[in-house]
Amino acid sequence: MDLTHASMVEIAQAVRSKKVSAKEVANHYKHRIEKLDKQLNSFITVNDQAETEAAKIDEKIARGEDPGPLAGVPFGVKDMFCTRGLKTTAASRILGGFVPPYDATVVARLKQAGIVVMGKLNLDEFAMGSSNETSAFGAVKNPWNLDCVPGGSSGGSAAAQAARLVAGTVGTDTGGSIRQPASFCGIVGVKPTYGRVSRYGIVAYASSLDQAGPMVSTVQDAALTLELISGRDERDSTTAEKKVPAFSKDLSTNVKGMKIGVLKEYMAGGLHPDVEKTVQKAMENLKSMGAELVEVSAPLTEHAVPIYYLIATSEASSNLARYDGVRFGHRADFGNLSAVELDQFYSRSRGEGFGDEVKRRIMLGTYCLSSGYYDAYYSKACQVRRLIRDQFDDVFKKCDVVLSPVSTHPAFKTGERISDPLAMYLNDIYTVSTNLAGLPGMSVPFGLSKERLPIGVQLTAGHYEEQKMLNVAAALEAVSPVKGEKPHVI
Amino acid sequence: MSFRGYEAVIGIEVHVQLKTASKMFCADATEFEAGDNENTSPVSVGMPGTLPVVNKKAIEFSIKTGLALGCEIRKKSVFARKNYFYPDLPKGYQISQFDLPLCENGKISFKVDGVEKTISITRAHMEEDAGKSNHSGEYTLINLNRAGMPLLEIVSGPDMRTPAEAAEYGRTIRQIVRYLDVCDGNLEEGSMRCDCNVSVMKEGSTKFGTKVEIKNINSFRFVEKAVEFEIDRQIDLVERGEKILQETRLWDPDKNKTFSMRTKEDAQDYRYFPDPDLLPVTVTDAMIAKFRSELPELPLARAKRFVSAHGLPEYDALVLTSEKELADFYEATTKVCNNHKASSNWIMTELLRELNQANKEISQSPITPEMLGRLIGFIDEGKISGKIAKAVFAEMWVSGKDPDTVIKEKNLVQISDAGAVEKIIDEVLAANAQQVADYRGGRTKLFGFFVGAVMKASKGQANPDVVNKVLLEKLKG
Repeated sequence: MDLTHASMVEIAQAVRSKKVSAKEVANHYKHRIEKLDKQLNSFITVNDQAETEAAKIDEKIARGEDPGPLAGVPFGVKDMFCTRGLKTTAASRILGGFVPPYDATVVARLKQAGIVVMGKLNLDEFAMGSSNETSAFGAVKNPWNLDCVPGGSSGGSAAAQAARLVAGTVGTDTGGSIRQPASFCGIVGVKPTYGRVSRYGIVAYASSLDQAGPMVSTVQDAALTLELISGRDERDSTTAEKKVPAFSKDLSTNVKGMKIGVLKEYMAGGLHPDVEKTVQKAMENLKSMGAELVEVSAPLTEHAVPIYYLIATSEASSNLARYDGVRFGHRADFGNLSAVELDQFYSRSRGEGFGDEVKRRIMLGTYCLSSGYYDAYYSKACQVRRLIRDQFDDVFKKCDVVLSPVSTHPAFKTGERISDPLAMYLNDIYTVSTNLAGLPGMSVPFGLSKERLPIGVQLTAGHYEEQKMLNVAAALEAVSPVKGEKPHVI
Repeated sequence: MSFRGYEAVIGIEVHVQLKTASKMFCADATEFEAGDNENTSPVSVGMPGTLPVVNKKAIEFSIKTGLALGCEIRKKSVFARKNYFYPDLPKGYQISQFDLPLCENGKISFKVDGVEKTISITRAHMEEDAGKSNHSGEYTLINLNRAGMPLLEIVSGPDMRTPAEAAEYGRTIRQIVRYLDVCDGNLEEGSMRCDCNVSVMKEGSTKFGTKVEIKNINSFRFVEKAVEFEIDRQIDLVERGEKILQETRLWDPDKNKTFSMRTKEDAQDYRYFPDPDLLPVTVTDAMIAKFRSELPELPLARAKRFVSAHGLPEYDALVLTSEKELADFYEATTKVCNNHKASSNWIMTELLRELNQANKEISQSPITPEMLGRLIGFIDEGKISGKIAKAVFAEMWVSGKDPDTVIKEKNLVQISDAGAVEKIIDEVLAANAQQVADYRGGRTKLFGFFVGAVMKASKGQANPDVVNKVLLEKLKG
């Protein structure tokens, strides 16, 4: 069995039927991480207990117990998810050596399903970034071209998955942090409907936008992972009571009669020619498979990036207040604390702990929420957000799934944009509206640029209509022109 | 009321700690006696990724309190974050309610010196408490047991004009939340906290002066004293032509004065915004109807009923309704004996005196309403005299035995049988022949002497009415 390229589903089947032991699988991937991650820097923490934990799954199987549908699947977890007993950093110095005494609900559910946590994956600090260059643990490299960024913020997840240092990963997406790196690294990334997946135990960036989702190699793996992590969690009031469909069982490549919306505003120009070609090709393929293309419009998406940055930074400024050096995480070394003023205690601990981009966003958000500015910024942004959501509700009356680019361009060079925050923020132009409207969206690989950099296409569906989106993705995957293409690192 | 030609304006914020088993947004226990930081969890410590979940009981208690305060209950109220840094505030923000509170526009009435006052309630909103900082010279220790405790902040209108009204307002709020059993009302343990806003203006003026907030006063007696001090202090300042600073002051009960804690210049911008981790609190008509039906009769209404239906004096009615348990005790007692005034008298004099001396709550009384009711019944039936009843009561208090047992054991039954009384009288008259002769010779003042001698001979058990009647006849000769 080719363990390196097997899907999650294939590995689980092999482990469950004892064709291979979970421990062997863990060992295989451990060696891959040791061999390849020096180039990529996709891991912040490698779980040295992975093989021991895998052995427990084998014991379970030996005892005749059900080891779960993901038995022995080696998994990477974005370091935004708290993992019981395993250091969690959010790629920030501020968390110091924080070891959570609890698992995020997503992690707990995946462990229940049988995964083996291989380690914690790199990201932009507090998921604030689109290139994985803001991590306090160093930038992540794109396995297709080590001079390029893997995208962000879930850059470590995308890189590790693309290089097959793990068989599956989970990331988080606040404004595109799953979809954009998935596109840049040529993997499948799903951001579910807001409320579908519990946020409990995920380090909060912007609470009303954050959602966790799978970043994996196949649409089938994505459907199965999504199914396992979805559903009401009593510890997260914002999760929906909705029943979780059997996404993987109901997965179908039949798109006959489906209405595929093409969002006018997203195709208006400024697209890299290879990106445009990739989306055109996806449109043609869907049409030839019997889907109907319809033009749709959501003009307010023009304002989505500023609206997103007002809301996300406002929430972040409050969410990150808890990192104060009092109870856990980094505290500035003052020697004798008795002579230290409280303000100094905070400003030095936080000043040392947070990186520049995080500080920039805390300041932006603090400003937006300040008295005298609240109405003009935060409050206004919430109103426009509501209108964007309404426009998308109308869009999904006219079509089932919207097809669009994920990003204007393929992966860019490391260091190329990091000094220009505004250019960096514009990376999110096609992804943030999905978060603002609370919609599910995903990226599925469908092209390669002339420079052999992956290009994904974005699919967006109505609230809780992930199945439709996954089916279109499965149809595209089946005819993908880049099937079997691998990054040069492998 | 005039203070040296000035009028005072007082508004009060009361923080009521709701008596739920767990905290406002997590499952931590709320008991007071826990060891330092024992009642904590990743949620209340504000660890990364943890989320609040609303305690439904706290919402129920808040709605009930709102209804008892005559408030409108908002169908969709919103939790907001109040952002500020302090070491005992784990998340760096307090979850509270801001522009869309649960309860608004209520009012309460109470009596001050016999006059009924009505004070408006501007709003009552839910929030979580912060932890506790213990500053000890070189360092500060933080105890997060209190962090996340459920609070209801009740804000009055600026409707009070005297220190006595302010204190009585506080007592009334305490009385109401205790009637509702949503708060234990213990100011010393901090389960109720009072902040007073005080300003003064020239008598007859309608423009309020600069207000000063006095924080964390831990008794209603201190509320009265602190407000009184503050009114004086402010009038002095105005008289001297000085400006009143908008500031927060604290009450020092040892020095009997307020002192400045911080001025308006230090005022923070709390950057309130709706908490995205929590959905709006939705209240249905059915919920409101259910909670309303579960409300007990409130103190003032109950006192009024005791006056009108039971014929009690207003003073008695107000004392008896000061605590729900006391009013319940009274009603249960009078139900047994069907004698309202006697029940009231016995409770207000004998029982409350014993309870006070023993420093006990009414719930700890060894004498039950059933026992007291029966005792009063025995007096009314003539089985025992009022005087013996007091002895029986004392024995009941000590032993916890019912009156039947005490009377039987001590053989204290009143002798009302004319024949038996006559026998005792005959003996007394025989033993005092000289006095009998004097009486019959015109010294009728001696009648009292004979009554006393008979009562003594009967060990107080002779029925005084019967004694009087038989003695009169016997002495006629």
